[in-house]
Amino acid sequence: MRVRRRSVAAGTLGLVLLASGCGGGGGGADQVEVFSWWTGGGEEAGLEALIERFEEDNPGVEFVNAAVAGGSGTNAQAVLEGRLQSQDPPDSFQGHAGAELQDYIEAGYLQPLDDFYDEQGLREALPDQLIEQISYEGEVYSVPVNIHRSNVLWFNPSLLEEAGVEGPPETLDELVEALEAVAEETDAIPMAVGAQWTVSHLLESVLLGSLGPDAYNGLWEPGADWGTPEVAEALETFEVILDHTQEESAAEDWQEASRRVADGEAAFNIMGDWAAGYFDEVGALPGEDYDWVASPGTDGTYMWLSDSFTLPVGAPNEEAALSWLELVAGREGQDVFNPLKGSIPAREDADPAHYADSPYLESALAEWQAGPELAGSFWHGVAVGNRWKNDVDTAVGLYLGDGDLEAFNDALHEAARSE
Amino acid sequence: MSVSEKRAGGAVGSGPGRVPAQMSPWRRALVRSRSWLPGLLLVSPSILLIGVFVYGMIGWNTRLALSDRHRPVQEGEFVGLTNFVSLWQEARWPAAVGNAVVFTVVFVGGALLLGWFLGLLLDKGIRGEAVFRTLFLAPMAVSFIATGVVWRWLMNPAPAERATGLNALFVHLNLDFLVNDWWTAPDLGMAAMALPAIWQLAGYVMALFLAGFRGVPEELREAARVDGCSEWGVYRHVVMPQLRPVLLSSVIILGHMSLKVFDLIIAIAGQQIVADVPAVYMWAMVFEVRDPAKGATIASYLLIAVALFVVPYLVWSVRKERSEGR
Repeated sequence: MRVRRRSVAAGTLGLVLLASGCGGGGGGADQVEVFSWWTGGGEEAGLEALIERFEEDNPGVEFVNAAVAGGSGTNAQAVLEGRLQSQDPPDSFQGHAGAELQDYIEAGYLQPLDDFYDEQGLREALPDQLIEQISYEGEVYSVPVNIHRSNVLWFNPSLLEEAGVEGPPETLDELVEALEAVAEETDAIPMAVGAQWTVSHLLESVLLGSLGPDAYNGLWEPGADWGTPEVAEALETFEVILDHTQEESAAEDWQEASRRVADGEAAFNIMGDWAAGYFDEVGALPGEDYDWVASPGTDGTYMWLSDSFTLPVGAPNEEAALSWLELVAGREGQDVFNPLKGSIPAREDADPAHYADSPYLESALAEWQAGPELAGSFWHGVAVGNRWKNDVDTAVGLYLGDGDLEAFNDALHEAARSE
Repeated sequence: MSVSEKRAGGAVGSGPGRVPAQMSPWRRALVRSRSWLPGLLLVSPSILLIGVFVYGMIGWNTRLALSDRHRPVQEGEFVGLTNFVSLWQEARWPAAVGNAVVFTVVFVGGALLLGWFLGLLLDKGIRGEAVFRTLFLAPMAVSFIATGVVWRWLMNPAPAERATGLNALFVHLNLDFLVNDWWTAPDLGMAAMALPAIWQLAGYVMALFLAGFRGVPEELREAARVDGCSEWGVYRHVVMPQLRPVLLSSVIILGHMSLKVFDLIIAIAGQQIVADVPAVYMWAMVFEVRDPAKGATIASYLLIAVALFVVPYLVWSVRKERSEGR
């Protein structure tokens, strides 16, 4: 039965290869094939810089860039799944660190990297809480190369002034007051959101701000109790915030929602820190057109997500793959990659000088190195696997349609229970 | 093949007198095979390919749908129709089916009406018919993705003060009451989602109907007119009844497209519950959640739904061919 499935998968893969016109998967001894979805913008530039460095350090080893285009990796993951099932893995592939890799680990596709962590001194270089949150049953399976922050409140300083709000809100109650003030005093949208996923993104920041990091992290333990009054209260706040969003949000993506803040059309937007790179792209000025703080109630907590690289079982060129992992795990590699990608290094010992060009990255790195509390983003695959994440997203979507908060809470509870 | 060989062998045994003595049984079989072998060889690649890649895959999918293989790593046991039943107990699936039904009704109905109407106008002899025909057919050359991207902007649901797209046009024309939520309306948003699809396929339906109209002999119309039938009556009682085959094939072509619509939805709404349809749900289950059994179950439902459209048509056309003695 197993053999049959394998042959079917191999057949499918054969077709995919035929269709995409790339013959021959395997590879010679002197190459390393790295699979990612970094095909555009700063991500691609960062990867190119890493490749250049890798080829300098490893003369004679050819780097094969097997990047598959498509935002947040959904296309790439579909291609990867076929390769893994037919036991033709790349030498290393990109994945969001944390629970999103769980499926691969359970399927036995990944090698544990504990020895590698010990050799490279990564246990000292990375925050303890980070290693704890990416471990699966006590073992680590991936090497985080960067850190993004999910809980950032972007705001328009002049709109706040116009609405008579003194300084950015620090708690959720203050946020609600500020939203009401903006709605009354100005013509602007109080809180800009985009399509459904950005509402799920907003939800995690509200939960963290209302419950605090410990209770928030506890929510994502399988079988967690979501039927508590605390969660209900957080969801009520969530509902009030959603009342102040724009009607056409479903037709927009995160870029439009963030742009509204920089253009003075909206007062607030809660989005990950990739928005900083987007603001640079559209020429908005930090401190003038936009400014940022940790989302209300989450100061001192870093809700993180991370791109990481893995070592698949049966990697054709394991030695070269380990050299690649060494590069992306190292201080130098991370400092080459991250300023271009627009993220901060996962290591705590990075050199701040590399990040001085960007006011956002500079402040984010300082905060990261000060040792904040860590909370794993659920939407970006740190805290939960794809199934649970999809259940929550479905519940959010249904709630956006019917506005039934109680049913929403029940659905979230049910999703946690069924894990 | 073995059957025909046997038959050939049997013939040798039963009537040796009719066979030329110098011809060996092998040679006889070879001569006979000339009548059917080339034909079989010609179609066998497609029989094989269709057998494996259509019916084989359907069988594989069905087996998966009847198992509890909810993670790729599991082996999966036979669980009967459990998956088929449990889909209806969740909130997302019935909503997705409801969306698909609204979309199908509006899309098929709208494209048929508009296509029929355009065909009627062209049939009445309009100046520059060829130009109009091309114009109406042109949207078919566009992919659903491109259509979706444009209509996503046209159907922007922003309220009057920030209106863009069609809403801005309404505001500009002082028709503010027409400003609406388009596809983002929770209940009947899918009706708006059908507009781009109607725009795209009405021209195709028009071409089908136009061919149908032209296929009705002029003598029949004249006979009706002589009998004092009004022009509308000619269409109502003489032309339209003869267009039933055209109508039926249009419904089937549009219906099966509509049930499995995916690209248009992804281009306009992405993955959002407000515009969820079975095909999008299936994609999320297979490629994001990685639940093979659930994905296969949804695929089976899609197959059944399309079969409901196609099978009656096949039965009908086979019967018709028989009754016409073909």
